[in-house]
Amino acid sequence: MEHQPPPFFKTGPTALVRLLIFSLLSLTLLVADARFKYLATLRQIAAAIVYPLERLANAPVNAAARVADFFVTQAALKAENARLKERELASATALQQFRSLSSENAQLRELLAVRERLPGQATAAEVLYAARDPFSRKVIIDKGLQEGIRPGQPVVDNIGVIGQVTRVYLWTSEVTLITDKDQAVPVQNLRSGLRGVVFGVGHDGMLDLRFMPVNADIRTGDRLVTSGIDGTYPPGLPVAEVVNIERNAADMFARIAGKPVAGVASHLHVLVLNWERKAPERPPAAEHAPAKRKKPKKGG
Amino acid sequence: MSLARVIERQEILLPARPGFIAATLAAAFLLNLLPWGGVLATLTPDFVAVLLLYWSIHQPRRLGFTPGFLLGLAMDIAEASLFGQHALAYTVLTYGAITLHRRILMFGIRHQVLHVLPLLVVAQLIMLIVRLAAGASFPGMSYFVASLAGAALWPALAVLLQLPQRPRPDPDHAAI
Repeated sequence: MEHQPPPFFKTGPTALVRLLIFSLLSLTLLVADARFKYLATLRQIAAAIVYPLERLANAPVNAAARVADFFVTQAALKAENARLKERELASATALQQFRSLSSENAQLRELLAVRERLPGQATAAEVLYAARDPFSRKVIIDKGLQEGIRPGQPVVDNIGVIGQVTRVYLWTSEVTLITDKDQAVPVQNLRSGLRGVVFGVGHDGMLDLRFMPVNADIRTGDRLVTSGIDGTYPPGLPVAEVVNIERNAADMFARIAGKPVAGVASHLHVLVLNWERKAPERPPAAEHAPAKRKKPKKGG
Repeated sequence: MSLARVIERQEILLPARPGFIAATLAAAFLLNLLPWGGVLATLTPDFVAVLLLYWSIHQPRRLGFTPGFLLGLAMDIAEASLFGQHALAYTVLTYGAITLHRRILMFGIRHQVLHVLPLLVVAQLIMLIVRLAAGASFPGMSYFVASLAGAALWPALAVLLQLPQRPRPDPDHAAI
């Protein structure tokens, strides 16, 4: 600094001292949050303060959408109506089949004494906004602790899985999308029944099916659905479609790229599934095994 | 640009009202919260960072470090990023602005931009380092577009935010 105030003016600590104090404070917060996850309560309080501002910021966008809704032309409505009727007809037949099949399935399951695996209650939620953080893929939805959302719940749209609730505030929750780096979903190949784990890579519209042997039975166009063995996602929800396979004999694993089937980056309305498999008690961990289980999303 | 021209262009401004500073910072925070989607999200600057920089340069005594720190924490909640990440970046940003404010104000607006850009980039670099250390992957060079956009915003801000501080024309001394 080129200018130091004379000592007879009281100006408090110098800028450098304040820089050090505030940097230390933020670094402490960072470490406490990233490493030890201590700050759940502090985050809750701060989120409750920020919440009204978030709603305020979203108000003009919602209002614009409502105005746009109001001015939809009759032709557009008619076309949509016709399209919906057509689709309803198509789905009606499928539904009839589904009813008979599901009753048959229920009977067979009872026979086999397999637990009911269908998802239970689901909470409909609206995506408030996509988090701006360029390092992760997250969206904020408008349901939280008040509506009984818990961390770890799977989130789906009308086509398939979009992600998992990772943090819950009073009135909102954070959903980590399946395209987020480090987000893992256990899947099963619908065609061959092969199980695997799909990871996000951190870009929209890209998924990575890892740890598949080079000679694995996988083809381009295969559909991957949740396998349900992690106890987090109910089995059978569509996740991804295989778009590219690179088999290199020098590598241990094939490089398999997929793309999410659900509108991971574009959906507005989502369902938070309230599904919990009552898994049997975990066997007592061995002495040297890591006792602490990692995040629920890493299960599988 | 000669020194004489710089001095000639300067006019004595009224002190900014604290309410005005707070209102502009709140507006910047709301702008950051707007649901920018897709390409727009990478193109939008961090309005809070730019506004903090502006007020720290123009009113270094008024602002201090606390507003930046608290706004940083609020941004961390809203963006679902690590708690303290923005707070750290804004703290360093404020320090840079307070240390350099005499120098920066010597220059015309166009040359001020050249000072503002590195400061914004440094703030982004700090966040990048924090996230990389926490295990994230590099989001690509487009990450730094936000700094460019913020610097591009500077000339408009310099004009807009000075309007309320312009002295009212005195009717007794009106030019004839």
